[in-house]
Amino acid sequence: MELRKSYFADVRKDDLHEIGQPRPRSDSPGHVTGKTAYFADRNFPGMLHLKMVRSPHHHARIRSIDTSEAEKHPGVVKILTAKDVPHNVYTILILIQVGPEDETVLADGKVRWKGEAVVAVLAETERAAQEAAAKVKVDYEVLPAVFDMEEALKPGAPLVNEYHGQNYYLYDSGECRKVRFGDVEAVFAEADHLLEQSYQSSPIEHAPTETTGCVVMPEGNDRFTCYTNTQAMFFTLDNTSIILQMPGSKLHFVGGTVGGGFGGKVDVIVEPIAILGAKLTGRPVSFVYSREEEMQISSPRAAEKVVIKDGVMKDGRIIARKVTGYTDAGAYSRHSPYGAQKGAGHYPGPYTIPYVWIDTYCVYTNRTPSSAMRGFGVTIGDFALEVQMDKLARLIGMDPLEFRFINAYRDGDMKAHRQPTEGAALIECMQEASRAANWPVAKKYMAMSSYVKGA
Amino acid sequence: MAKVPVQFTLNGSEKAEFVDSGTTLLNALRDKIGDTSPKGGCHQGTCGACSVIINGELRLSCLTLAETCNGAAITTTSGIAEGGVLHPLQRAFLDTFATQCGFCTPGMIIAAKVLLDHTPNPSRDEVIEALSGNICRCTGYEPIIQAVLLAARANSQNAA
Ligand code: FES
Ligand code: FES
Repeated sequence: MELRKSYFADVRKDDLHEIGQPRPRSDSPGHVTGKTAYFADRNFPGMLHLKMVRSPHHHARIRSIDTSEAEKHPGVVKILTAKDVPHNVYTILILIQVGPEDETVLADGKVRWKGEAVVAVLAETERAAQEAAAKVKVDYEVLPAVFDMEEALKPGAPLVNEYHGQNYYLYDSGECRKVRFGDVEAVFAEADHLLEQSYQSSPIEHAPTETTGCVVMPEGNDRFTCYTNTQAMFFTLDNTSIILQMPGSKLHFVGGTVGGGFGGKVDVIVEPIAILGAKLTGRPVSFVYSREEEMQISSPRAAEKVVIKDGVMKDGRIIARKVTGYTDAGAYSRHSPYGAQKGAGHYPGPYTIPYVWIDTYCVYTNRTPSSAMRGFGVTIGDFALEVQMDKLARLIGMDPLEFRFINAYRDGDMKAHRQPTEGAALIECMQEASRAANWPVAKKYMAMSSYVKGA
Repeated sequence: MAKVPVQFTLNGSEKAEFVDSGTTLLNALRDKIGDTSPKGGCHQGTCGACSVIINGELRLSCLTLAETCNGAAITTTSGIAEGGVLHPLQRAFLDTFATQCGFCTPGMIIAAKVLLDHTPNPSRDEVIEALSGNICRCTGYEPIIQAVLLAARANSQNAA
């Protein structure tokens, strides 16, 4: 593809010599020879295998846990329950002051989703750990569950997570994240057309080829090395330090090589319990998700619902936009309050709309906790926004690409979050797209520019 | 658990081990012998990451019991470079950027090697068919197909 140096010619530096040059990747020689070391390629003598006993119910009170039979199973070395975990209730983003702590490492008194970890079994072999896990008896009192965000928000819905007290995340701005930019309702009354549509998505599993896990080696002096495929090394280190009430200086994390993640390996799930197992047994511990666990237990992209209402003029200007977004966090927060918040920032789209009103909710249901996945919080939003743009263009009988030129933000335009736009380059991208896709637009759009001198 | 003896050659060198009856070849190679180039992505025969060559045939080592490999000749990706020179497939995977996280790569290379050993100049469709049992979640299949076709072109140049 041709590099158009005419764009921004007066502000560009032309002494760049890296972009556009092929550079060999430093890790590919290891990949093609099979030498790259993934966490599971470490195997230590005497290593124990950890398997979880998981909740078969979506929502249930735990009346009792009986590990006595499992304890006697040949090869079993240690069985852990909630009381063994020093700081059992945690939340990942507490490190950046996003609370409350709302999730248990091992379930305590209640399970809130099907697949939640209840008891950890450490044994000499994977098979022994699996067989012993099957012998753990948990007595559950099944509770009514809620799987739909709208149901969860209705008064009287079963309460999913007591640490929140209601089925939505309470932001400092209230029950949702809000953007307010002018009086949307008043402007809707002046629009030539109104279009309100809702869009929704299902959870999506990342399905990395390498499943989530870690291998822990006790190094003596109460120090531990954890080989892990986390995508969030320091979140994991610091949260582990809180959960195990151990100084970070005792914990040595080795990572870097991840066999596919796509955001699915940013939660702190396997490391704390595996390190605890190594601490209490004095032996190396391996905790690796089976493929089935990876597909069912690891946090997916959140299901979302987006309701968009736009006011548009016959000449193509969008004059007002109102968006209500819902993010299904599942039973625990993990990264979802942040995902919903990103949605609030994103829904104005890359368009200059003078009146905007946005509410985004992070909702709790008895589904698998959702978390990060490639642009989470904005990806489904973009799908919804761009489908909405096409529908608006059709509504006023305008070419969908020309419609976007009219609304695209340009340098100096005020965004709904009251930040002036800088370095937009959207017009130029669309001009290039129109050429590449052979989708011609009128001359006046090809003459436009995002770059406004002095803006 | 009963231990059974098993003897085979791995990438040309003799191996003799006692394994628990029921141990998969994948676990025996990785945990006992220390060849971690075959990867375990599913342990149920669906991802292809554990692919190895047994007596010239493509096999999934997670579905093969180690004890059935007595006397076999086994090849893995760690053993196909000769005298420090990358195998043409390894070179081609490097050159076409056909490896991202690299987890599927050893299995992909093995599946491709079996194809080229039997069919030195495959069509694009034959390459696709040969790789159809191997899942990649990051690279995208196109660069991988290109890598195999590139290595095959090297084959045809050698023959000419
Ligand atoms: S690990 Fe053997 S096919 Fe996936
Ligand atoms: S490169 Fe990651 S799975 Fe293929």
